[in-house]
Amino acid sequence: MLVRIAKNLARFIVTFLVATLAVFSLMRVLPGDPAVIAAGENATPEIIAQLAKEFGTDRSLPVQYWEWFSGILRGNFGVSYVTRTDISPLVLDKVQVSLILVVLAMLLALVIAIPLGTLAAVRHRKLSGALISGISQLGIAVPGFLLGIMLVTLVSLRLGWLPANGWTSPGDEFGDFLRRVILPVTALAGVQSAILMRYVRSAVLDVMHEDYLRTARAKGLSPMKALLKHGLRNAAIPVLTVTSVQFAALIIGAVVIERVFVIPGLGSMLLTAVGNRDLLTVQSVVMVLVAITLLINLMVDVLYTILDPRIRAAE
Amino acid sequence: MSETLLEVRNLSISAGSKALVQNIEFSMQRGERIGLIGESGSGKSLTATSLLGLLPEELEVNGDARLRGFDQNLLRAPDKLMRALRGDEISMVFQEPLTALNPLMRVGAQVAEVMLQHGKISHRLAATKRSIELLASVKIPDPELAARAYPHQLSGGQRQRVMIAMALANNPQLLLCDEPTTALDVTVQRQVLELVSEQVRERGTGLLFITHDLAVVANMCSRVLVLNQGKIVEQGDLDQVFSAPTHPYTRALLAASDLEATDERGRLFTVSTAGAYRPPVVGEAAENAVASAGGDEIPMMGAAATPAQIPAGKALIEVSEVSRIYHRARTTLWGPRPEVPALDGISFTVRSGERLGIVGESGSGKSTLLRILAGLDQPSKGSVLVAGTEVAGAKERDLVDLRKELQIVFQDPMGSLDPRMRVRDIVAEPLLIPGVNLNATERSATVSRMLESVGLESDSAARYPHQFSGGQRQRISIARALVNRPRILVADEPVSALDVSVRAQVLNLLADLVEENELTLLFVSHDLAVVRHLCDKVIVMKDGKIVEAGNTKQIYTNPAHPYTAELVASSLNLREELARV
Repeated sequence: MLVRIAKNLARFIVTFLVATLAVFSLMRVLPGDPAVIAAGENATPEIIAQLAKEFGTDRSLPVQYWEWFSGILRGNFGVSYVTRTDISPLVLDKVQVSLILVVLAMLLALVIAIPLGTLAAVRHRKLSGALISGISQLGIAVPGFLLGIMLVTLVSLRLGWLPANGWTSPGDEFGDFLRRVILPVTALAGVQSAILMRYVRSAVLDVMHEDYLRTARAKGLSPMKALLKHGLRNAAIPVLTVTSVQFAALIIGAVVIERVFVIPGLGSMLLTAVGNRDLLTVQSVVMVLVAITLLINLMVDVLYTILDPRIRAAE
Repeated sequence: MSETLLEVRNLSISAGSKALVQNIEFSMQRGERIGLIGESGSGKSLTATSLLGLLPEELEVNGDARLRGFDQNLLRAPDKLMRALRGDEISMVFQEPLTALNPLMRVGAQVAEVMLQHGKISHRLAATKRSIELLASVKIPDPELAARAYPHQLSGGQRQRVMIAMALANNPQLLLCDEPTTALDVTVQRQVLELVSEQVRERGTGLLFITHDLAVVANMCSRVLVLNQGKIVEQGDLDQVFSAPTHPYTRALLAASDLEATDERGRLFTVSTAGAYRPPVVGEAAENAVASAGGDEIPMMGAAATPAQIPAGKALIEVSEVSRIYHRARTTLWGPRPEVPALDGISFTVRSGERLGIVGESGSGKSTLLRILAGLDQPSKGSVLVAGTEVAGAKERDLVDLRKELQIVFQDPMGSLDPRMRVRDIVAEPLLIPGVNLNATERSATVSRMLESVGLESDSAARYPHQFSGGQRQRISIARALVNRPRILVADEPVSALDVSVRAQVLNLLADLVEENELTLLFVSHDLAVVRHLCDKVIVMKDGKIVEAGNTKQIYTNPAHPYTAELVASSLNLREELARV
């Protein structure tokens, strides 16, 4: 157990290191010197040189990397070349918004996918099961932003039940937060729940054919009790794997959804920064996204260990 | 004893219009032990499952089955009643102890569950206590520890003991056992059989024991039902059915199971030659029960065809001081990774023309040894010379000669053939290695010749593996192995996945081909009887070491090592079991 966690931590650290290097190099390879861009069109070479000195981009790459990297470790992402403001407090703000969105969406997706997927598996020979599978198939085909736009059109514009966009922090006014968060989270969770439902269905179907479920029935358990008591935890293992992979997809999906609903999250920040060629901000946001993804994987691995004694006792 | 426990009338099971089981009729007295014998697809598992009411939904079942004390037809009863019976009045032990237990639940809780489910014990703590007692009664060492263990922490035999404890927890009237020892090693099989036998006798439980293995039936049961293609072809007392079978199928099954009886060519009896077979006489000492052509020695392969001892040829395989060490995953942060020696300092020599049996239980290292001999794995230490090629440290391109000289037939005829390749391509593939210069026409002619020699129709070449039965697929494997005319044939449990009647045919084919092509044979098996029939020398392996090596006859009749003695004593033999009845 301890060895496993230590291994995972080591993997986390190495991946993070490699990611910082990759992101840093990628940004340097892109055309466009930040000092040249910041200086504007009629800049003299002196102004550019001065700006480069100010930004630190006149120094060698390893030095720049080290400064940036050690800054990250201290939680300091530096000062934006474009807006000339500190990046860290901004990122911290936006991270909260995006995390709320993503985590709520994943929870909603699971809450929809687990019972429906299980039902689809149990009734796989019946019409109702086929219907659920059909709906999930359809759901996979609808992209999140489209679902978002459809929701806005229907629920906000036609029915006027919920605001079409905007964001309120849950700390400020919880009721308003709820009203504003429902549509984006639903849009984000839609595709995810459809995808997860398929995996839940196939995992439960697999488990239903396992010998130990037959054993449970031979002990006198009813089909439902056997499935709930012996099946679901076993089915949870493959579903957990998919969930952790889908988390990354969800974070990407959030970038677009934030745009649709005008939510001030990491996604909006990233898109704006890219548009402004705000190199350092892009770098920082990407690193935060990488860190979140890695952290989720780490958590999932710990969950595995809790779920499956075979992993726990592999030692 | 005269009270009827189970009465089955007219039991039929069908899938759509296809009849799977037809008109099964039998009755069981209280405490009686009945063996249900049949090959794969005969419907024996379906029959047992239907009594539990657990058949797959898509199957239709008809007929009447009554259990003592219940006036409803088990086959028609509502699931509510069947749920009350299952695990309480009727229990079942399944074949595969590895998968029959929930991997995420502690063993003790799984045993306790069946008692809590039926309200035998209402308190969880008391149920836990009782489950520890039950685990103790099925002779699991340290039952308290075992109760807290997860299934993967127990051995196969222990897991099957847990299943038995679970099945007997509520003292059922009827115990159904579906091939409960087929997946176990011989020594463990014997122990588990003894346990089942002892427990049902003690409790007066009726036993329906399903198996394909006639020796096991002879060991366990007093009455037998012989099932063939969904019908009972013969039933009666064990001694009567086994010594004077009336139905040709029973006779064929007996003949094919009896590895100590051979025809005048020194070959095993098969379905087609079973007419000449003389069944064993119950109660007669095994030593005297010699089959039609064996003389007073236990007949061995080739005993009739090649009366002279095989001349000792040159050493073809020389294995010296070979070890293979695997590393397990790290358990501590700083310590070295734990080592698992799969092979531990093994040495032996095989001369050309010898037929060497390698015997051992699972985990003994026999598969690792084979993989190394075939150049599919590398030894950690030591030297392996096969037909002049040194395997240790060899690169793939150094092994071309070895691949020509040595070929393998694997255990699983389903998994070892590429399902997307036609038979002719499968068989021709070894001809494509460098150094074999045949054009397409020559290759095709060679393939046809090879298929013919393993007894397959010439039109087999264009077909795919899934269109063949298990036995036929094993013939394809043999054709592929021999197409390049190797000098050494290695067979890794080639008949353990096959039905008894097919087993005899494949063993005879192997014997014929080994003789015709003057092959050196390495035959790996857990089945001592098969090795005894086919091989003239044996090495016995345990925990990666060779514990004993020598001539087959000497090892079987006079084992020197205690482990060999245990193996020989544990392996069930049809004639010996019958002699004991």
